[in-house]
Amino acid sequence: MTIYLDHAATTPINSAALDALNSQVQKLGNASSVHNQGRSVRKDVEDARHKISELVGSNPAEVIFTASGTEANNLAIKGFYWQSGKKVIITSAFEHHAVLDPIQWLVEHQGAEAIYIPVKSDGYIDLETLKNIVAQRRDEIALISIMHSNNELGSIQPIAEVVKIAGDIPVHTDAVQSFGKIEFNFHNLGVAAATISAHKVGGPLGVAALILKHGIDLAPLLHGGGQEREIRSGTINAPAIVSFAAGAAKAISEREENFKKIRKLRDHMRSELIRVVPDLQINSPIDPALPGVINISIPGTESDALLLLLDSEGISASAGSACSAGVPRPSHVLIAMGISEELADASLRISIGASNTQAEVDQVIAILPSVVERARSAFAVGKLS
Amino acid sequence: MKLIAAMSGGVDSAVAAARAHEAGHEVIGVHLALSSNPQKYRSGARGCCTIEDSHDARRAADVIGIPFYIWDMAEEFHAGVVENFLSEYSAGRTPNPCLRCNEKIKFAAVLDRAKGLGFDGVVTGHYAQMIESYGQRLMYRAVDPAKDQSYVLAVLNKEQLDGAHFPLGDTKKDNVRIEAKKRGLYVANKPDSHDICFVPSGDNAGWLRDRLGSEVGPIVDEAGNKVGEHKGAYTYTVGQRRGLGLSVPTPSGEPRYVLKIEPKSNTVVVGVKEDLAINKIEGEKPIWCGPIPEVNKELRGFAQVRAHGSPLACSYVNTGSEIKVNLDQPLFGLATGQGLVIYDDNRVVGSATVSATE
Repeated sequence: MTIYLDHAATTPINSAALDALNSQVQKLGNASSVHNQGRSVRKDVEDARHKISELVGSNPAEVIFTASGTEANNLAIKGFYWQSGKKVIITSAFEHHAVLDPIQWLVEHQGAEAIYIPVKSDGYIDLETLKNIVAQRRDEIALISIMHSNNELGSIQPIAEVVKIAGDIPVHTDAVQSFGKIEFNFHNLGVAAATISAHKVGGPLGVAALILKHGIDLAPLLHGGGQEREIRSGTINAPAIVSFAAGAAKAISEREENFKKIRKLRDHMRSELIRVVPDLQINSPIDPALPGVINISIPGTESDALLLLLDSEGISASAGSACSAGVPRPSHVLIAMGISEELADASLRISIGASNTQAEVDQVIAILPSVVERARSAFAVGKLS
Repeated sequence: MKLIAAMSGGVDSAVAAARAHEAGHEVIGVHLALSSNPQKYRSGARGCCTIEDSHDARRAADVIGIPFYIWDMAEEFHAGVVENFLSEYSAGRTPNPCLRCNEKIKFAAVLDRAKGLGFDGVVTGHYAQMIESYGQRLMYRAVDPAKDQSYVLAVLNKEQLDGAHFPLGDTKKDNVRIEAKKRGLYVANKPDSHDICFVPSGDNAGWLRDRLGSEVGPIVDEAGNKVGEHKGAYTYTVGQRRGLGLSVPTPSGEPRYVLKIEPKSNTVVVGVKEDLAINKIEGEKPIWCGPIPEVNKELRGFAQVRAHGSPLACSYVNTGSEIKVNLDQPLFGLATGQGLVIYDDNRVVGSATVSATE
């Protein structure tokens, strides 16, 4: 038995994406070549770009394909910083490392000043603080980067409010968890840049995009052939891009239906979790939130023990983020919310996807008490020795 | 059985895990992250806790076909092993951190956690043999005398040993490497670890000086006459001859050795080789690996005081709170704090920490 409850990490490639990938990968031609084969592949890539732009609510020219969400975030953050000549970068304390770390790099190597907007205990950024900082430092701010929804909690952030507060300061949003799962429209939102990624929406790994407002030129991270708007170089990964568009189109066509289904499973699971482990704490808000993310803390346990035990029962979940050596660290997201290190250390993220069923949720609920009991007994001996 | 295989990223623990898995046990590989700030790459044969080592361990687990996790034991390791190492040195004793790690981490923190999680025991790549006899699991030396690690395992009590599995004890190291290669384990030719894993530079004296300071003090002879100066008493070891830099020679021109370290007065005492000779050893806090020897009964056996030292024929007595050893032949140079291990032929009887010598 395997039950996959880690859809926020990655989710199965869908049939449309798989078919597109299979056929495109067999097609000869470099999209930058002038000949017949090159033109044909180029057309496929541009069709995909148009499709993505429709799905994301942008112009086709605003779609810059990259190899990962991390790359797109780096491109936006470093690009806006270099372009502005200003020193202050505003972000939140619970961003993904793909946002926090490039900012930290700019602080350490290029004299940037990072300001972290605090996160309230309900899982949303503190807009009042943002307002005050923007009022005080407006002319010094190069960029505001706030995630569209938090990957560990599922809480959807008030980006429209952020854009209002920002005024003419460029706003970037990491929308990899939101795109394809909830309503997301680049133009309506009014941000200067947004990151989306294929493998979170049923597309393949190895392709993502920075949606970058028309007319903004950012300094590239990779120098070379300038294939993507002279901002991103590297041979165009046509099979992945075409598959991305097909996968995202299918995901979005099924979005409303899946949203309802996943949210129903989530709500069922939330109440069952509390029923079987009464002192369990749910860290994720109910709304506004992604449909399938439930972050919990189980007092008297450790995340890595819970994960090991669940894994051995065939259940895949996740916890916080791991450092490069693979050592689980207390989640900086939960710490930012003001959750104690002990409870952050005892957390699990369950992320439900369209492929999950109520029977699976019920199986997990049936197994959980014995898993918690073993994790608690391992934790208790750890505290004694 | 359900077993946790502690996988360092080296060849021994990889083959041990593979053998346990092949024997039909349900095995899960665990790499212990012992440093909160690990180095990225391994340099030479030192250390065992780099990120590269954890990747090697993961790869071995994947090739064997067992699940793999990393357990963060950095806090436990620092508190139980590194801090103890420092406090022992600053008290003028010479600790063996590998003994301490086995006692406090691998077969305590890890074994306890494994049991709590519902596992039966821990598999490691140590070279020692657990042999079942009359319903008891007893520990014996490994068949490969050059690799035998029973000395560093002699700090484990019976309960800990009952949860310990050493699948390599019956095999020579060369054959373990050959087996690793046959099994497709990339670490087959990885160099062995030497020295102290948390001192990656290998410069123990420098590492201690950085942490304990380096207060200059006198080196004196047995009569108390100053014959030189040292740069921190705890960086010396009893029996040490080199690196003393003495300005006053002995009247006979004989070389001098460190006899004693007195941390309170920050003094190193030196003398000629004969003065190092000891015939009696007292060990405190005894740990018995098998049946407890009858109290106050003199028994014959062998004493070993270093990981790769020779077994020394002796008589020994369990006084109830100590082990007292009478050596047949004198031993030259033994520091308090070292581990004293008693063998009955090749069987490990028990161990104690050297507290006095005579």
